[in-house]
Amino acid sequence: MDARTATGQKGQASADLRQHDGTLVAELAGTWQLEYATPRFEPLIEAALADGNLPHATNRTIGFDGTALGEWDSSLLIFLRQGQEYCESNGYTFDTAGLPGRITQLLSLANVVPERSVEAGAPEPSNVAQIGVVGIAAWDSVVSALTFLGEVAQGLVRLLTGKTRMQWRAFWVVVQSNSSGALPIVTLIAVLLGVIIAFLGVVVLQRFGAGSYVSYLVGYGMLREMGALMTGIIIAGRTGAGFAAELGSMKITEELDAYSTLGISPIDHLALPRLLGLFVMMPLLVVYADFIGILGGMFVAVSLLDLTATQFTTGLLSAVSLSDALLGVFKGMIFGVIIGLSGCFQGLRTGSDASAVGRSATAAVVLGITLIIVANAVVDWMAALWHV
Amino acid sequence: MTNGTPPVEVTNLTMQYGSLVVMNDLTFAVKRGEVFVIMGGSGSGKSTLLKYLVGLRTAAAGAVRINGEDLTAADVETRRQSLRRIGVLYQGGALWSGLTLAENVALPLEELSDLDAAAIAEVVELKLALVGLRGYGGFYPSAISGGMRKRASLARAIALDPDVLFFDEPSSGLDPISASRLDDLIIALAESFGTTIVVVTHDLASIFRIADRALFLDISQRTMTALGPPAELRDNPPNDEVRRFLTRDSGSTV
Repeated sequence: MDARTATGQKGQASADLRQHDGTLVAELAGTWQLEYATPRFEPLIEAALADGNLPHATNRTIGFDGTALGEWDSSLLIFLRQGQEYCESNGYTFDTAGLPGRITQLLSLANVVPERSVEAGAPEPSNVAQIGVVGIAAWDSVVSALTFLGEVAQGLVRLLTGKTRMQWRAFWVVVQSNSSGALPIVTLIAVLLGVIIAFLGVVVLQRFGAGSYVSYLVGYGMLREMGALMTGIIIAGRTGAGFAAELGSMKITEELDAYSTLGISPIDHLALPRLLGLFVMMPLLVVYADFIGILGGMFVAVSLLDLTATQFTTGLLSAVSLSDALLGVFKGMIFGVIIGLSGCFQGLRTGSDASAVGRSATAAVVLGITLIIVANAVVDWMAALWHV
Repeated sequence: MTNGTPPVEVTNLTMQYGSLVVMNDLTFAVKRGEVFVIMGGSGSGKSTLLKYLVGLRTAAAGAVRINGEDLTAADVETRRQSLRRIGVLYQGGALWSGLTLAENVALPLEELSDLDAAAIAEVVELKLALVGLRGYGGFYPSAISGGMRKRASLARAIALDPDVLFFDEPSSGLDPISASRLDDLIIALAESFGTTIVVVTHDLASIFRIADRALFLDISQRTMTALGPPAELRDNPPNDEVRRFLTRDSGSTV
């Protein structure tokens, strides 16, 4: 008898090949564990077949002898499945008769054909086709955004004509979270913004000996631009994302479907109170941010320049007018609507798995901030045209 | 008034996800007052079919009519009137988490009926009592168990006395006792109110207990392959998939 040992040491996993009645029999022995080296089927059999001393299996069958087998785990199954694959691709018969019953049972479990074969995915579209796919997706987004805007407009009409009732509870929740709830972060950012603008003014204007004009810069900067813009960005990040996540979760728990199948519009019930809440609160937050920002700027001006608080205030009041403040407040209203629309739009079109909620929240913030900055530029342009 | 028209009528419906066709050629009609079960393996599109039935998805081909009305094509007012006459019990209950149980049941009444507040309170009280939740009106959905949530959701679904009720996997996530209590409720509702009931489930015990007729969706064939009383389908299965489904046969020799 000619034998070939894969892993020599005693106790370790080994598979010795021998020939028995024209059948190649692998004699399995030792402890087969994943932690230790175990033989691989193909090199073993290839080496055996290449070796002239071991006659070829005349009836092209590979069998096993498991009588000397010690403890075993998945490593043995992996080895046997390698053997099975080898036999299938090389035209051998895979004979499991010599294996313990538990192993043959596991092998047949692993060989069960799935009841539904894995669907071959559609082939990757070509580069040109991908442009089309992206274009169609973009167009779909535009259509659904316009549909959403139309539905909101219809809902608003229903609300104003008394055909649907205002959901005051949801409205007040938005009002609360965007008043007392938002003040700490708005205060912090607005103070620092005022301080930054004042520093800028001190550094640049002092070169021209015009340091006392820093109040102009702080006044115009906060009232016309930065107060509204930064408040918008903060609220887009906390409230807009919140809307999207909240409505997105309702989509996943089928709460939105429950509205639809009752014939109740989720727009009326969920989107409108949130939109109106932000529409009311954003201008108020902007006024607050303007005030706090100017205080921050005044602090820097007074401590770095030879200016008193009174001089700063007088300078500021002589420079800015009410229309500058109103421009900021007007921007606040627009931004409130933009944030509310982006948040509710992304929330209501959320997909149906948990990660979709995260994507919606992110998309709401990105869309909100982008639109705010675009709207800011448009409003500034109009203001310049009409000399506001 | 619509006793002649079937409460649910599906003709040559094709269900699609994007370009992937899930089911083809579904044609069936539910009879008034019967308990109709839609069964099939996991992933066979049972819950998706329910979404088509209640008008949440638009048919790619074919049509779905509820009381003779195509919900996805109807104008707003017709759609509202049709939706008033159906109730849906979603898989997880889908109670509005920001509202108490009583407010959940009251909302459809406030929105879709002309009842005054006192009458609504009475109806809410009755419906919660019918599902065994007397006194729970002030609780929020997060404060009660899964089984109670499903029953509360049932109370909301029957708030407007619908004539067709749809259930999506009513027994999923429930222990056997809660599940069979829910089955009892379904049978009692069907018998006492004459409500037509459409149930999506793969719970065999439930199917044999409640179903007058059952429809089998076969994912490998991508269409329906059996329709009839479940006991009859078990005894004379029209094909092997149906026999294996109804007898819990995995087909494995292991």
